[in-house]
Amino acid sequence: MAGDAALPRENGELVFDAPWQGRVLGMALALVEQRGLDWDDFRQRLITAVDAEPTRLYYDSWAAALTDLVVDLGLVSAHELESRAARVAR
Amino acid sequence: MSEDHGHHPEPLSDVERRARALEELLTEKGIVRAEFIDQVVEAYAQDIGPMNGAKVVARAWVDPEYKQRLLADGSAAIAELGFGGPEGDHIVAVENTPDVHNVVVCTLCSCYPWPVLGLPPNWYKSPPYRSRMVREPRTVLAEMGCDVPEHVEIRVWDSSAEMRYLVLPARPPGTDGVGEDELAATVTRDAMIGVARP
Repeated sequence: MAGDAALPRENGELVFDAPWQGRVLGMALALVEQRGLDWDDFRQRLITAVDAEPTRLYYDSWAAALTDLVVDLGLVSAHELESRAARVAR
Repeated sequence: MSEDHGHHPEPLSDVERRARALEELLTEKGIVRAEFIDQVVEAYAQDIGPMNGAKVVARAWVDPEYKQRLLADGSAAIAELGFGGPEGDHIVAVENTPDVHNVVVCTLCSCYPWPVLGLPPNWYKSPPYRSRMVREPRTVLAEMGCDVPEHVEIRVWDSSAEMRYLVLPARPPGTDGVGEDELAATVTRDAMIGVARP
């Protein structure tokens, strides 16, 4: 389809500013789907995360909400995540 | 996406490192599958977007009974065209008329009817849009290039977990006899958020 109704990208705005943003969105959707959660379990955390730091990047809030969710569910510990993130940096 | 060539010209940001660590851990532990993440990203980049909403709007323009169903139960009418999924429950269609212009905002975060509009544009998520559209909609709309005549009432709909909104724009004059697909091509994302008038 041509014109403004076509892909979000063709409306002049990228869906994601950087690849990690897409990965974070994908992880949140995958987690909800594959663990049989309710989408609201994630959404409420996103609202809280946006509210906590309204001016940060939108997908930073997604990452914060996703982290809260996986830690609360006991899937990954905060410590585990931190040490892995430190290694990713190398 | 394909920027991962094993080197990175810039140091990774904190959030990028955390995102990567999360994905590694979640996939290593078998909690989520990497291919599923790929599929989701692909779908939102390629298949889910305003073109879905445009089809809904065009159908409502050509089929009065469909329009009635859409206004009565948005999510159900949208599902008739095969669209649904996350953020797709409780979609309410609000109709523009000669006297009323509707515009959608989410003051809480970024609630948005994904199945019909895809992911929200950056400005929709920005704090100024979220706060100012409620306080001074006519001014904000004008700044966005959408002049609403003085006699037309502006209704601002604040999205929430309970309700997500899709604006049903007025069918452009002089389009009698124009086919549904051709009509759909004229419907923009911004018109369905209510920050443009076709």
